[in-house]
Amino acid sequence: MSATVESFAKLPIEAKPPLRRFHQARWDEPIIFELSSPGRRGIGVPEAGVPAVELPAAVRRQAPPALPEMSQLHVLRHYVRLSQETLGVDVNIAVGQGTCTMKYSPKVNDRFVSDTRIAELHPAQPEDSVQGVLEIYWRMERMLAEISGLHRVSLQPNSGSAAIYTNIAMIRAYHASRGEGEQRDQVITTMFSHPSNAACAKLAGYEVITLMPDAEGHPDIEALRAAVGPRTAALMITNPEDTGIYNPRIAEFVELVHGVGGLACYDQANANGILGITRAAEAGFDLCHFNLHKTFSTPHMCGGPAAGASGVAEKLVPFLPGPTVEFDGERYFLDADRPQSIGKVRPYLGVTQNVVRAYAWIMALGAEGLRQVAETAVLNNNYLQHKILQIRGASAPWGRRRLEQVRYSWEELYEETGVHSEDIGVRAADFGVHYWTSHHPYLVPEPFTLEPTESYSKEDLDEYAAILAHVAEEARTDPEFVKGAPYNSTVHKIDPTCLDDPEQWAPTWRAYVRKHLS
Amino acid sequence: MTHPYIPNAEPAVRAEMLAAIGVESVEDFYADIPAALRLNRPLDLPAPITSEHELVRHMGALLGRNTDTTEALSFLGGGCYPHHVPAVCDEVNSRGEFLTAYAGEPYEDHGRFQAIFEYVSMMAELLEMDVVNVPTYDGFQASGTALRMAARYTGRRTVLVTAAIGADKLSKLHDFLAPDIEITMIPVTETGEAAAFTVDDTVAAVYLEYPNAYGVVETRMAEIAELAHARGALLVVSADPIALGVLAPPATLGADIVCGDIQSLGMHQSYGGGHAGYIATRDEPRLVAEFPSRLFGIAPTAVPGEYGFGDVFYDRTSFALREEGKEWVGTAASLWGITAGVYLALMGPEGMRELGETVLARTRYAMDELGAVPGVRVLHPEGVHFREFAVEVGDADALLTALRAHDIFAGVRLDAGTLLVCVTERHSKDDIDTLVRAVREVRG
Repeated sequence: MSATVESFAKLPIEAKPPLRRFHQARWDEPIIFELSSPGRRGIGVPEAGVPAVELPAAVRRQAPPALPEMSQLHVLRHYVRLSQETLGVDVNIAVGQGTCTMKYSPKVNDRFVSDTRIAELHPAQPEDSVQGVLEIYWRMERMLAEISGLHRVSLQPNSGSAAIYTNIAMIRAYHASRGEGEQRDQVITTMFSHPSNAACAKLAGYEVITLMPDAEGHPDIEALRAAVGPRTAALMITNPEDTGIYNPRIAEFVELVHGVGGLACYDQANANGILGITRAAEAGFDLCHFNLHKTFSTPHMCGGPAAGASGVAEKLVPFLPGPTVEFDGERYFLDADRPQSIGKVRPYLGVTQNVVRAYAWIMALGAEGLRQVAETAVLNNNYLQHKILQIRGASAPWGRRRLEQVRYSWEELYEETGVHSEDIGVRAADFGVHYWTSHHPYLVPEPFTLEPTESYSKEDLDEYAAILAHVAEEARTDPEFVKGAPYNSTVHKIDPTCLDDPEQWAPTWRAYVRKHLS
Repeated sequence: MTHPYIPNAEPAVRAEMLAAIGVESVEDFYADIPAALRLNRPLDLPAPITSEHELVRHMGALLGRNTDTTEALSFLGGGCYPHHVPAVCDEVNSRGEFLTAYAGEPYEDHGRFQAIFEYVSMMAELLEMDVVNVPTYDGFQASGTALRMAARYTGRRTVLVTAAIGADKLSKLHDFLAPDIEITMIPVTETGEAAAFTVDDTVAAVYLEYPNAYGVVETRMAEIAELAHARGALLVVSADPIALGVLAPPATLGADIVCGDIQSLGMHQSYGGGHAGYIATRDEPRLVAEFPSRLFGIAPTAVPGEYGFGDVFYDRTSFALREEGKEWVGTAASLWGITAGVYLALMGPEGMRELGETVLARTRYAMDELGAVPGVRVLHPEGVHFREFAVEVGDADALLTALRAHDIFAGVRLDAGTLLVCVTERHSKDDIDTLVRAVREVRG
């Protein structure tokens, strides 16, 4: 350092403002078609090297598709910039997306699935060439059977909702096999169970009965008593529900349904608070499902691919989707000879990458580690609740007994300031964090749902709570400022009205060009 | 050791947090779980492998018992295809921001919205259709939903489905369309195409595949579209988008709903884990209303010149309406959509055409060469084929086993005497000649 340079700053360095001065990347990236220039190419393709085939005119493409024409660096740079305008778990304190169990996805597990010995396996290879991956499927099934206490588990479903549908399809097949398919035409669920329970049951042909919460925040058992009967096919229920409240009478719910010949199906999409503490089997459930991308750590990938697991008691095993993975003591093999199976729910065996990642995650934790995951997720949630409820204007309906998440309310703050929960979430994005309200309908007024999982530190939770406290204070002092957010995001406040107007909506670039640029 | 994945398992932090909340132990939080429902023993699981190095070794030992398609010469297709995956596709989809993002909101995840919007927009150009969904799970689901959309749109309950469909996909359709939609099969002729059939007023949709399960390209699609439309039915076509650099987009031949799997567009085979489904329609509000999936659209922001994004017509989804929504929506396969977008941007119109021409030519070459081997008969020699063809080989299992000994996975077994052979741009002429020589040898 030259002696002629004059100092312009002082040590010690003063503390920055208490909250992070976040600004999201703002690259002003054009839509990719606007980056196109005729004649450019992003990648080369092998030439045929054998005589060309002339297609009949009836099936020959006439005009080339109007895809972008770009060099490789420019394709890469565009997408890297878009990635920077996205907040993954790797870059934010992802506790704001309640019900979704955002947790750390260990990097080492990604290496296993990019290995050619997974990535370049074809699912119809001879069994002797895929013994390793079949063993992973088999061991994973055994571990999830132990975690649920149920007899067998299918890893075929593509996601949690697909697993719910798979379970409904098995329930339908089970009742049909007993000659009760026509008679049992109702499925019972609860308002705080994931909406896919209701939606999948309806799609499978069932009338849906939804139980509302009672004064304690539990699904109303009297309403269940009134609902069950000879028409009951199944109860589809989450516990703890999306409120984070555990229903202590769950075994009674199951008994009531069993008493009329119905099946009980446990939505364990998120089992994060109860791993190794209580299981589907102990409460008497006949079926359950897990989401590997929630409890079992596989990354959310901007909304999939995910992976679901459907667990069943012994009497439902014949209905599992096929093929199943079997082991004869020496080799692993596929059993497709399952006459009562509901059939395929997807191509081949499952979302293998996520089965591999989840397997490696469980192997890194073991029984003690899984219990520590659950206990820490619950501790983190209760700690965060303790912090959030110190914020004036925030409340948690039905008291403080919560496991892994809480559905909170800004009702008080809204009444005082006119600022909605959605507005708070948008402003929170200015500080670099996610925030989510709740599924519809908003039974809890001005809802927000936080689920801190085991991945976040005490410091992370303190920071998240401080951000919400700060935004709530802003809402009181300058509500219009909060409603005008975001300010530090990639883009500014969006006017969504065109999205519901068929004359204006533009679900693709070509629709946008046709409606707005021509 | 405090587990590396669980920061607050550290005892002092844990104690500090419990003290802040004012409870004695974590057990207090579980007071609502009755004793009878508690698991009073540790889970019976394998001992944990807490060092990363040992985990890598454990997994390496398992993976070492696989032989992948870079080690063996594979002609397996049947819905999962070995196309070349550009390095940029892997680079983009392994970016931590995309890989670990939730299906977030338009502000903090603007980049995700734009990347998916661009994917659907590039698909729309390839398909020449104005509406394409945020990916559903896979091509099976896309076909099931497309047929249900047609049934809801027409108010009818029968679908006519080509018999040139994979057995597994048909199994999925039977399960997914139950209990209210009836499937009637359209037979296949000796050319591998759909036979003549009639359509009546109960038919919601005619369903074809393009190319179909035998790799055959339906050449009478325009005629079939007219037949369907004359009776008020829709034409639903499952098309592999990788073929559309050379094949006419189904919409230009009269298809109303086009659907399929995008695994070919930049996803590895991954033992069946690379699938994602698309569904496309024209921009007709009544048809758009039948999509269960999310649709992303451009919206203006408070700053002129800035693109924002949001959900188009959200109030048709199960997120908005529970069981009153269309089917259901949830986490599906977004990252594969982003990846397919990267693929299409790299390829551009010329790359897609060149790839299509290479695949067409090599498929024909493989058919001709293999068909010339004594005892091997190409099932539909006159049909236009893309990427796959069926061959009768006598004893399929014996042939597969014999070729396995040559480190060749010769094809997907369709039945005791028939194989489905897949050829992509990854198979050089030498690879095809190697297969043909090996078949001659084991047959000799």
